[in-house]
Parts: sequence; C-alpha cells; structure tokens
Amino acid sequence: MRRIINYAPRPGVRIILAALPFIAVLAIYVLASNARLAVEPNDKLMPALATFWATLVRMATTVDVATKTYLFWWDTWLSLWRLFLGLGISALVGLVLGIVVGFIPYLRSTFEPFFAAFSLIPPLAVLPILFIIFGLGEVSKIVLIVFGIAPFIIRDVMLRVASLPTEQIVKAQTLGASTWQMISGVVLPQVMPRLIDSVRLSLGAAWLFVIAAEAITAEGGLGYRIFLVRRYLAMDVILPYVAWITLLAFLMDYVLRRLSAAAYPWDKIKAA
Amino acid sequence: MTKIVIDNVWKEYDDRVVLERVNLALDDHEFLVIIGPSGVGKTTLLRLLLSQETPTRGRILIDGEPIAPEPTADRGVVFQRYSVFPHKTVLGNVMLGPQWAASPVLGRLFGARRRALEARAMGLLERVGLADSADKYPAQLSGGMQQRLALAQALIMKPKVLLLDEPFGALDPGTRKSMHELVHELWEENEMTIVMVTHDLSEAFLLGTRVIAVDRPRTDPQAPERFGATIASDFEAKIRAVRDSHRFESEREKLRLTLVSSHDLPADGPAVRALVKD
Repeated sequence: MRRIINYAPRPGVRIILAALPFIAVLAIYVLASNARLAVEPNDKLMPALATFWATLVRMATTVDVATKTYLFWWDTWLSLWRLFLGLGISALVGLVLGIVVGFIPYLRSTFEPFFAAFSLIPPLAVLPILFIIFGLGEVSKIVLIVFGIAPFIIRDVMLRVASLPTEQIVKAQTLGASTWQMISGVVLPQVMPRLIDSVRLSLGAAWLFVIAAEAITAEGGLGYRIFLVRRYLAMDVILPYVAWITLLAFLMDYVLRRLSAAAYPWDKIKAA
Repeated sequence: MTKIVIDNVWKEYDDRVVLERVNLALDDHEFLVIIGPSGVGKTTLLRLLLSQETPTRGRILIDGEPIAPEPTADRGVVFQRYSVFPHKTVLGNVMLGPQWAASPVLGRLFGARRRALEARAMGLLERVGLADSADKYPAQLSGGMQQRLALAQALIMKPKVLLLDEPFGALDPGTRKSMHELVHELWEENEMTIVMVTHDLSEAFLLGTRVIAVDRPRTDPQAPERFGATIASDFEAKIRAVRDSHRFESEREKLRLTLVSSHDLPADGPAVRALVKD
C-alpha cells in the first residue's frame, strides 16, 4: 500500500475523471428539474434543458421589437466591447507605468507606495463617484474596469521588473545599452509573458466590473439582461447567459494562453 | 595597452568596512586572479572594477583615466549565472551589443550590415564551439555552454578588460577543464586583461599570471566589522619575461616554417614585426 499521493491516474482515466463533476452537476440539475416540472409544469425556477435551448434560439435569431436588434448578439457585443476596451487600456497602462516605475529608482521610490495604496481602494465603492464625474454612459463603465484592474497589473509588472536578475541589467550596460535600449530590449520582452498571465488572472475581475456596472445602468449587455429579467424570474434566460459568459471567459483565457506560448516560446522552455 | 591602477581604495557600508587600503597596479595583458575566503570582499573588489559599486575612498584608473561611475562597454563581464538573456537565441545574444551600439532607437540592424554582423557573431560562436546551437535559447543549453555564450557575448564588444566573477563555480569538473582551456586561449588571442574571482586555488594558479589573495590582516574580536580586507599577498604566478620569451620563440618558429615552406616572405608581415619588436 503506497501513500495516496503516489497514485496517479492514467491519461485516459484522467479525462473521464475531469468530465465527472460536470456530468454530475448536469445530471443533478436535470433530475431536480424533472421532479419539479412533474409537480408544477409552469415552474420557472428550474426549467428543462429544452426550454433553455428554445429561449436561446429565440433571443439569437429573432429581432427584438423594442430595440430592433438580435438581443443575444447585441448583449454579447456590448459586454465584450466594454470588457476588451477596459482590459486593453488596463494592460497598456499597467505595462507602461509598471516598467517605467519599476525600472527607474527615482520613480519607483516616488510612486510605488502610492500605487500600493491606490490598489487597495475598492473599485465598486467609488463607482458612484465615477457615475457622477463621467455620467451614466460608457465612459464610467470603462473607467471602472481600468480602475479595478490597472493597479493590479501595474504592481504585477513592477514585481516582474524587480525580479529580473541584477546581473542581466549590469551585463546589458557592459554591452553598451542605454536606459531606453534596456527597457525595449531586456525588460519589455521579459515582462510580456507575465503581462499576458496577469491579464488572464484579471479576466474574472473584469467580468465582475462589467456586470456590476451594467446591472446599475446600461442600454444593453449580458449583465444588464440578467438583472433585467430577474424581475420575471426568467431562469430560462439567466442560466444560459451565465453559461455563455463562462464560456466566453474560458475562450479568452485559452486564446491568451496560446498567444503567450506562440509569441514567447522561450518562456515555456524556461518553465519546463 | 591597458593599465589598471587601484589607488588606495576603501569600501564601507555604514559602519562596516569591507575593503581597506587596496593598492594595485596591473600591467597590460595580465590574467589577474583574486582569491580569498568566502564573504571577504573578492566580489566587492570586482564590482568596484565594474562600477557596479563605487569606492567610498580612493579611485580606480584605467590607462590613467578614472573609470566611469557606471558599467560601460570598455569592461566586459561574465557572472557565475544570469549572464545571458533568456529571451534571445544564442545568435541573438551575441549580436545584442553591436546592434545596441549601431542603432540607438530600434536596437536592431537590417540588410547588409545585419548580415555582416551575423557573420562576425557566427565566427565567434564557432570559436567557442556553439555554432551548432545558434538558434537555441539559453535555457536549452547546458551550464558550460551558457558560460561559453556569455564569453562570446562579452568578447564581441572587444572590451579592454574582461571581468569574470566565479565563472566556472557552477560547472562540473570536466566542463570546467575545457572552459579553462578556452578562456586561456581567448585571453592569448585577444591580448586583453582578464580579472577573475575564484575560490579554487588550483584554478587560480593554472590560469593566472598574477594571483592576489584578499584577506583581513587585522581583526577586532569585539567588533569584527571594524577592519576590512585588503591584498594580503601578491604572487607573480607566471613571470612576464618567461611568457614573452615563449611567445617570441613560437612566433619565430612560425616564421621559420613559413620561410622554409615557401621561400617567400609573407605579404602581411605581422610575424616580421614581432621579430623586430622585442
């Protein structure tokens, strides 16, 4: 009898094991839903899978009377647009400030404590301020995402810059590199894989901020729709939307991971 | 010609004296090895030569000029680890220095100049035995190969002084031996000054033409950090006159062979000049 940590599943078994929890959750839902529907056919809390599908098809393929759009795609487009813009600005700000502040000692002494304090401000608590300053439109939602995520990315990039071995920086100087050349040729390329990783880690938070902002005020969006139909207990809309958001987040994470592996092969070699 | 003078250098951190009264004059084309116990300040001395740190008192001169207060291209370096850039291929690592020198904004050469540099870099990689690995990343190389790469990367800048900080400390004995040969050959070919820190005595006397031991001559048991280390002994491991005569003999032999084989004087005459020089 070996210790339990020394038993590892074979590859085939591993796939089956990984699928098990998903299948279990789905099966439990179907059983519970069937039981409820058998008692009350108009039950709204746990609709059948067929109802989900019918609702999704309806929302994705028929033009909504009020907004003259295909609601499902329109919501997806609005949310993704906000998310990408917010994440993109955060990544850019994080990269530039993180490298410059992390690499130049004077800027580092000046701004590192400030960023540390700044990143502790709860973004949702200042959301009303953002609404007051930037109005109820798109700007305040984008600013909320940037406000919530950029400080995290800045600090992560700064840590990565600080963890570069001093030997490398000294070596670069003995090869005649200027500060700009060290930033562009030594620091930036080595920070990029870490930036992609920290954007991946920020995806969850970014979705949180998008949905929170949409829940309060918006003309459309995945979060807006979920909070709108909540009043009618429309679980047949809410649950597919939640699953769709999860799928989108998973796909983004997957694409970023592949991008990192393709663009920075040396990073994977080092890790292996 | 590169002459290094260390003139009464002290290094202190607050109350702690690391180095005191370090005086040294080093001739051209010497291979200076610094030995001493761990934590005594060997590496600090090397860092002072590199301008990674600045002396608290005293000054360091190369060819009569005080060294720049920051690391510059006239002093190349190979550390024990982390001397190469993990995000560049082997060839990319070697081409880095000249590209930075030639292109301030992009740090990149194009077209004919790039091809010329590539040829030069490949020549150096050939010399250190890494030509087959030109497209690999450093993480795919063994420790010895990484140090060879670091040497090639430093040498392409043609530094006046090459500083080596325990460069073979992390290598296995076999690799270490072949690295000794390589470094010795490179030192003779490039006619530069090398300063190396090591704690391996046999290595020090195998490679060095001059070996200095750094240690604390005075200690105060009540305050161990009151006094710093200095040059405790200074050996001329390979006497310059003997070295010169060896070189002269080998060059004369080469010239004699040329004369015997062709009856024509070589057109590019460096061998002739060597005969007249001494």
